[in-house]
Amino acid sequence: MRPFTQLQAVGCPLSLSGVDTDQIIPARFMKRSRAEGYGGYLLHDLRFDAGGAARADFPLNAPTYQGAQVLVARRNFGSGSSREAAVYALVDYGIRCVVAPSFGDIFASNAVNNGLLPATVSEPDGEALLAALEAQAGPMQVDLEACRVRIGALDVAFAVDPVWRTKLLNGWDDIDLTTSHAAAIAAFVAGDRARRPWALPRTTVGKPD
Amino acid sequence: MATGNATGRTLFDKVWDAHEVVRREDGQSLLWIDRHFLHEGSFHAFDKVAARGAEVARPDLTFGVEDHYVPTRVRVLERMDPAIRRMMEQLRANTDRHHVRLFGIDDPAQGIVHVVGPEQGLTLPGLCIVCGDSHTATHGAFGALAFGIGASEVAHVLMTQTLWQSRPKRLRVRVEGALAPGIAAKDIALSIIARIGADGAAGHAIEYAGSTIRGLSMEGRLTLCNLSIEAGGRCGMVAPDETTLAYLRGRPFAPAGADFERAAEAWLGLAGDMDAVFDREVVLDGSEIAPIVTWGTSPEDALPITMAVPDPDAADDAGRAAHIRDALAYMDLRPGQKLSDIRVDRVFIGSCTNSRIEDLRAAAAVLAGRSAQVPGLVSPGSAQVKQQAEAEGLDVVFTSAGLEWVDAGCSMCVGMNGDLVPPGERCASTTNRNFKGRQGPGSRTHLMSPAMVAAAAVTGHLTDMRPLLAGRV
Repeated sequence: MRPFTQLQAVGCPLSLSGVDTDQIIPARFMKRSRAEGYGGYLLHDLRFDAGGAARADFPLNAPTYQGAQVLVARRNFGSGSSREAAVYALVDYGIRCVVAPSFGDIFASNAVNNGLLPATVSEPDGEALLAALEAQAGPMQVDLEACRVRIGALDVAFAVDPVWRTKLLNGWDDIDLTTSHAAAIAAFVAGDRARRPWALPRTTVGKPD
Repeated sequence: MATGNATGRTLFDKVWDAHEVVRREDGQSLLWIDRHFLHEGSFHAFDKVAARGAEVARPDLTFGVEDHYVPTRVRVLERMDPAIRRMMEQLRANTDRHHVRLFGIDDPAQGIVHVVGPEQGLTLPGLCIVCGDSHTATHGAFGALAFGIGASEVAHVLMTQTLWQSRPKRLRVRVEGALAPGIAAKDIALSIIARIGADGAAGHAIEYAGSTIRGLSMEGRLTLCNLSIEAGGRCGMVAPDETTLAYLRGRPFAPAGADFERAAEAWLGLAGDMDAVFDREVVLDGSEIAPIVTWGTSPEDALPITMAVPDPDAADDAGRAAHIRDALAYMDLRPGQKLSDIRVDRVFIGSCTNSRIEDLRAAAAVLAGRSAQVPGLVSPGSAQVKQQAEAEGLDVVFTSAGLEWVDAGCSMCVGMNGDLVPPGERCASTTNRNFKGRQGPGSRTHLMSPAMVAAAAVTGHLTDMRPLLAGRV
């Protein structure tokens, strides 16, 4: 996974709360494989009207926010469905960081597993960032080492789980880490059979003909 | 260490601790996973497994269920929409390849994963259960630690039967007192979400406790825990008790005979210690809970049916006012409008939230001998629920009222199978999400209990079901 340290990129304001994963990627686009790309479907029903034309009043469609790699939104971003396709849509579109006062837990975890930074800011700081981006489009800085977001003179702190921060900074993948604990897993399984003999499914159940 | 071991442990602490394979100094734990449920959306995870050339570590603890994409009317693969058929064939190929038991549409135990797990006794107290579906918290009704995960995590569990997690904080939601007649677990859950917000329990494991919760059936507890994610909770749990044990006896995959009795003793011991400490507590008076409906585009936009649509100008802050304005525009409602004046175009009874036998009985109690004013779909949670409902004659109640009685699946809750609410239409629904476009592009969803959906069907508008239920329960 590509490490995330510092980012200087266009930020796009999305002054909505509760942007759930159904909105980030509507269910009807989730049948395709990842190789086909999900970026075109990001926030599809907010970005495009029923006829498929881009909505001029939607920030991501504005010429000033083209090439955005940071989204700034209101509270509870990524709530709802556990669909990782929501993160694929953001990442494939080019977004590398979402800044908001709160995130859906599963979304945030999925984001980190794909190198996308969920940066949590206070509500007042979030409003200040939105106001700054709406007043004047321009580059913003995300510094994961210092946990700061900057737009011009506006410089605010963000929070991210320290474990996630380390993972993102290094671009680590969990599987390799887990494999190094194979002996501990085997020991757990051996002891667990005595501790919780009831935990295994009854195996006498056959598949019906 | 995060846990307050100096004092007593909560139900959550006991189950979490029993699954820790590794606990790192930074607070991450590697958890052992007892059950892993898969559905058609798992193809991303299987692609990741294939990319690493890996195998499924424990196929005996992994179970596939066809639910998200299955058509509820056409059950023959050859007659299905090709794109939907491909989704099912992918799951069949992946589970076959890795020797995973699949509950497919031709299986007499098929249904929605969160209905099938409990019904089959795959879900047990004290287990750690995951599934690539946010409503996995449902299984916490048995005192299991159950939570939804994303595709990368599904791949990790497939390859290792473990998962790295940080320990959530503990929130106890205590509900005390007797519920009024006809008030359901859905009304309790929506009241909680309205109180604490759709992100109110973020980062927390919820334990539901108190006399009202103890009085709920397993079906009611499943509905309540199911909606934990709509309050932002990582999971929701209820301590196992005699109600739990009575439900589990004789279930196919559950322990049997003397094994069951030994297990039961361990399960009852999972209840939190008297001196256990929670990070937060929320208390509700069960006797004050009224029938609840949602008016907006988030489950937190919920109010008793006797109230009116809120006014954005009266909101606490700019963000909330903006949300209300946006939601009312999408829902085509105006501030001050009485909730009971909102007309509906159709109804849906089903989903992992409210499709169990008790839910169908509650809806049928209102519908019996009456006609629906709008079209509607009733999709039982599993083939077994369907069979039971038909044995009780509930299907006749639904069809006589003019509603369509179909097969089991996620159906119109998420619309992946083609059961959609047309653009601009308004649906009274027993489901879990009133998000924009959730039931189809441009669809408008009002969430409520099965009895309330039945009442909306009978009158054609959102309605207090209590007068319609008078003398019937």
